[in-house]
Amino acid sequence: MQSNPQEIQPENPETNPNANKEKSNSPFQLALRRFLKNKMALISVFILLIIIILCILAPVFTDLDPEKTNLLLIEKGPSEEHILGTNGMGQDNFSRLLYGGRISLIVGLSAMFFTLVIGVVLGSIGGYYGGIIDNIIMRATDIMLMLPFLVLALTIMAIVDKVTIGLFVAIIALTAWPNLTRIIRGMYLSLREQEFVLGARAIGASDFRIIFKHFIPNAIGPIIVNATLMMATMIIAESALSFIGFGIPQPTPTWGNMISEAQNIRILRNHPEAWIPPGLGILVTVLAINFIGDGLRDAFDPKSNRR
Amino acid sequence: MYKYIIRRILVFIPMLFILTIMVFGLAQLAPGDALTGQSLADPNVDPEVYEQQREALGLNDPIPVQYGRWISSVAQGDLGNSLVFNGRSVAELIESRFANTLYLGFFSLCITILVSIPIGIYSAKRPYSLLDYGATGFGFLGLAIPNFFFGLIAIYILSIKLGWFPAQGTMSAPGVTGFEAFIDRIHHMILPGITLGLAGTATYMRYMRSEVLDVLGSDYIRTARAKGMSDSSVLYKHTLRNALIPIITLMGFEIGVLLGGAVITEQVFQYPGLGTLFLSSVTNRDYPVVMAIAMILGILILIGNLLADIFYSIIDPRIRYD
Repeated sequence: MQSNPQEIQPENPETNPNANKEKSNSPFQLALRRFLKNKMALISVFILLIIIILCILAPVFTDLDPEKTNLLLIEKGPSEEHILGTNGMGQDNFSRLLYGGRISLIVGLSAMFFTLVIGVVLGSIGGYYGGIIDNIIMRATDIMLMLPFLVLALTIMAIVDKVTIGLFVAIIALTAWPNLTRIIRGMYLSLREQEFVLGARAIGASDFRIIFKHFIPNAIGPIIVNATLMMATMIIAESALSFIGFGIPQPTPTWGNMISEAQNIRILRNHPEAWIPPGLGILVTVLAINFIGDGLRDAFDPKSNRR
Repeated sequence: MYKYIIRRILVFIPMLFILTIMVFGLAQLAPGDALTGQSLADPNVDPEVYEQQREALGLNDPIPVQYGRWISSVAQGDLGNSLVFNGRSVAELIESRFANTLYLGFFSLCITILVSIPIGIYSAKRPYSLLDYGATGFGFLGLAIPNFFFGLIAIYILSIKLGWFPAQGTMSAPGVTGFEAFIDRIHHMILPGITLGLAGTATYMRYMRSEVLDVLGSDYIRTARAKGMSDSSVLYKHTLRNALIPIITLMGFEIGVLLGGAVITEQVFQYPGLGTLFLSSVTNRDYPVVMAIAMILGILILIGNLLADIFYSIIDPRIRYD
């Protein structure tokens, strides 16, 4: 696409979406082109990539084991060996920051993925078939939405004996699916009434084929946007639950349980270098993801001219 | 309209019933109870005594019987006794905490409304002005920062470094009464109130801005201008009335967000509200308290949604059920 001479011309696809030369591009290419014009979103992609690389390459940047405790080095300030000092168990804060970022990102990504799977499957079934099945699914979302997400997740956390990372992701996904399900179902309801669906059905396409070949590609834009924003929500949810002590337990580092150290007034007061970096990690990551999500929304739906 | 309101209230009743079943079911799913959580760890307790105690507390009865007993006593206002706090009644435990959380929630909602709506209107009136950019930036930050992290930073800067606000609790001296005590309470609520309302403020500001911009672009506003109405009466008589409709609906749902956020915020500021009680009860497996608080939160959310729907139908006569 880079060698495409059309790129050079300052033609704005938003103002003239039906221009002749646009016809050769797929909607996805059009969206990509609009996304590449969004500076905030591009900068955010760049920043997010840096954060991801820092976390993946954690062993390159630090030799210290994030889980190794050292009772002789508790709550120490920054030094040459421990750039960000050590925490209440003598673990190195800098290596915990990098390795913790890994866990926070993985938890956010996988929680988003499983929520997406549940949401797409249930939303597709409800929105496509309608009737009783749809009614049951919608009443289930009503019930799930009766309690705040956090209260529901906490109650389930309390029921489960020992929280592991996999279990944690499962609990978050099982409590967070209703919103996405509703969004996807709503989109399908309007898609269902369109002529091309009738056409597909008339030539004998199976339900499965209609959902996968016609519905999902048509709804892919909003699904991707919601999935992106959902990941930001999931990272915050993980950190919030870890902060109040119901998330992923020690010694595994996450940004959330690093910040929870600051519930100790001594650390809060004397060691800002221990709890501010993980907080900034969450803030910058979530901010970048949100900007990317907004950029994707504008790219997929040029009509939504969000001022 | 009245028909709609009555139907909406009728829907409320089965929802309430389902809520009680869900809360009870969640509590029943737990592997242990307060007795296993507390005394089984102690090997000195005779298993026979333990069994007797379970029997006496009714923990061995069939589940529907337990549910029936629970719901009928709840209906009479008796929320049972705490399994942990030496059998104090749950209602008594919750009472003072509940008031604290309500004060905090109300205070935070006031801050949210007073800040977000004027700024939202101003941003829409002067889009792309300095204040508009500032507000947009604040909106992005406010939605991205976890509220506990914001709370910790607020404590660190405003309370520890500058000493302007207290970091914890609801009042400084128990002896003070009257107006002074009121001011003291407010003083203690400012930091948690702002922290709790941060995300809501950011959301409302963005909504308000885009709603006002939408309405300002509509035909009837142009007509009003063409009639020669002044800018301010166009804004207050025509624009705001229409722009506030979605905000009010949003506010009904905000109750759930506020109460969920209160669990975290109260923990950060060690504010003695329902949230901190909920967390400690979840930790101790104090089921009666957990059930009661989850119920109260659920009921508040249901009422919030109900009020939002009713209010909505009053403001916007086009709304119909089904």
